[in-house]
Amino acid sequence: MRFEAFTFFILALLSIAVVIAFVRLVLGPSLPDRVVALDLMTTLGIGVIAVYAIASHQAIFLDVAIIVAMISFLGTIAFAYYLERRA
Amino acid sequence: MREIISGTLLVIGTAFILISALGVVRMPDVYLRIASSTKSSTLGVGAILLATAVYFDEIGIASRAIATIIFLLITAPVAAHMMGRAAYSNGVPLWEGTLYNELKGQYDLETHTLASFEEVSKPDTNLDDIEQSST
Repeated sequence: MRFEAFTFFILALLSIAVVIAFVRLVLGPSLPDRVVALDLMTTLGIGVIAVYAIASHQAIFLDVAIIVAMISFLGTIAFAYYLERRA
Repeated sequence: MREIISGTLLVIGTAFILISALGVVRMPDVYLRIASSTKSSTLGVGAILLATAVYFDEIGIASRAIATIIFLLITAPVAAHMMGRAAYSNGVPLWEGTLYNELKGQYDLETHTLASFEEVSKPDTNLDDIEQSST
């Protein structure tokens, strides 16, 4: 029970990290800055899903983490590809 | 015991993730931000997934967590490399404190081709001087 409270504390810290990365998404002077911030936010999303799997005792959430990792990689590659084409 | 190990890994991973998020905001340059966001966030998420594997203590779940870690370790450098390349070819300026820019003068921003410098002239005179001085 105490460990669950601890995992929720960890989730709160991860949410703070997502908010900090979101600051760069809003500020970012160039488009690659924003893409880097988005990539970091999806990577943090994988961490949030993994911690939530511990908090809710549902290991099935790890499958979601794998899929999110794949989609975030594809999204970053697509962004980089079209940025390079646009240049 | 399981919970202690898992909790320690969670704290380590969260610390690295917070540092990486701070680095993305505080770094002066896209390229430094890419370095900050890729390396330490991969390490942090890897530690968190390892904590999940330790906590559930089951071979099927641990193999899934480790597969995710390996996938992240493979894909994060590739994505960072492509983002840095796209940023450079878009002409995003480097930080003024940058010491080395090895692509400077070799990458054509108009045609997006990479070329070496003009052919260096053969060191014909210098070689003779060296040989004479050695003999």
